[in-house]
Amino acid sequence: MSPQATTSQTVGPFFRIGFDRLNCAKLATRDVAGERIVLEGRVLDGDGAPVPDAVIEIWQADSLGKYDHPEDRQDKPTHSGFKGYGRVATDNEGRFCFRTIKPGPVPGPSGSTQAPHLVVSVFMRGLLKRLVTRIYFPGDSEQAQDPILLLVAPERRRTLVAKADPANSGSLRWDIILQGPQETVFFDF
Amino acid sequence: MPITENIRGYRRPARGTQPEYLHPSYVSSIKRAPTKALVAIPQTLSEITGPQFTPNDIGLAITDLTRQHQQSPMGERIIVAGRVLDEDARPVPRTLVELWQANAAGRYLHPLDQHDAPLDPNFTGFGSALTDDEGRYRFVTIKPGCYPWRNHNNAWRPAHIHFSLFGPAFATRLVTQMYFPGDPLLASDPIYNCTADADARQRLIAHFDWDATIPETALGYRFDIILRGREETPMEHRN
Repeated sequence: MSPQATTSQTVGPFFRIGFDRLNCAKLATRDVAGERIVLEGRVLDGDGAPVPDAVIEIWQADSLGKYDHPEDRQDKPTHSGFKGYGRVATDNEGRFCFRTIKPGPVPGPSGSTQAPHLVVSVFMRGLLKRLVTRIYFPGDSEQAQDPILLLVAPERRRTLVAKADPANSGSLRWDIILQGPQETVFFDF
Repeated sequence: MPITENIRGYRRPARGTQPEYLHPSYVSSIKRAPTKALVAIPQTLSEITGPQFTPNDIGLAITDLTRQHQQSPMGERIIVAGRVLDEDARPVPRTLVELWQANAAGRYLHPLDQHDAPLDPNFTGFGSALTDDEGRYRFVTIKPGCYPWRNHNNAWRPAHIHFSLFGPAFATRLVTQMYFPGDPLLASDPIYNCTADADARQRLIAHFDWDATIPETALGYRFDIILRGREETPMEHRN
C-alpha cells in the first residue's frame, strides 16, 4: 500500500519560536517591477474578537503573472529577486500587514485567465489544519470571468476582494472573518 | 499567453486521515473553525506552485538544538531523523523542514507560556534545515517535557515536537506534530485524537530506532513525513 499523507496538527500558540526566522512582511525589494501595495487586515474569531496568535502566509506571482517556480512554464521574463512568499504573525489586536506588488493575471483551467490574486494560508491555535483563501484586488474587470470566483456564491465573493482606502493610494484592507454572516470564503482543493 | 498544458494536481486525502476543522473536545476549535462549507476548487497554477527555499533564504541550517548556547541544555538528548516522501514513496529533496518544541521541563521559550516550569538558558527549541537529495533530515535535540494546558480539567499535552513543511507546492504545505511511543497521555489528548483514522493517528508517533541511536550519546527516533502525492493524470475541469 502506498503511504498516505501525514495528518495535519495545529500550529499551537507557540509557533513564533520556529517561524520568526523566515518571517517576511516586505516581499518586494526596490528593484522589483510592479505596483506597490500595502495590504492590511485583521483576523477575527466567532465572537468578533481579534486573534492574536495567527500566522498568515501568502504566495503570489510577479507583476507579469509569473510564479518563481519551475512548473510555471509560461513564456514570460523572470524577474530575479521576487520570490512571492510572505509570512507574518498577527499582533495583539489580530492585525497583520504585508508590503508587496500587485501580481499580474495568471492562467486558469481550460485556457481561462485568473484575475490578479494572492493565495493565503492561515494557521492558528484552534485550527487543526490550515485554512486556505484568496485575496483579489478591487476593480479588476477580469474578476467577472475568474474561474475560481465563479465557483463562489455571488453574495460571498466580496469576502475575497480587498477594499481600497480612498485616502491612501496603494493601501488595501482585507480581513479574515472565521465565523458568522460575514465569514470569509475558504477553499478546499 | 495562457499555457495550454493541463495541470497535474495533488491528491485529496484519504477519508478520515485528516482532521475536521470543528473538533469540540479541542475547545479552541469552537470559535475558530469555519461554520460554512469550504468551496471546492480545481487546482490551478497558483496551487501547484509554491515557495522554494535555498540555503540563502533560510540562513545556516540549525540541526543541533543542543549546541545553540554556551552549555548543553538539560534533558535527555535524542536524535530525530527521517525522510520526507510523497504518497508514491518518492523522496522530497531540498525542501524546508522547521521544527519547534518545549524544553525538557515542558516549557516553551515564549512569553505566552505561563507554565510554572523553568526555562532553560541553554535551550531555544527551534531548528530548520533543507532535506538532502534523498529527502532525509536529521536533528539533534532533547526530549521535550509534557505540560499542562487549560483545555479541560487536568489536561496535559503528551510530549511532542512541532514540524512545518512546504514541499514542492502551495498544495503540499503541512504543519504537524510528532509524538513519542508509549506516551500514556496520547489516549486523552484531543489534538492527537482529532483525526478519525486510527492508522493515520498512529503515524504521528515516531519509532524508536536503534540505527539512529548513538552509543553513549543519544537515543534515536525515526519520523517519516508524507506529503500529498501527485495525481496520475491531469485534472479534468468541469466548471
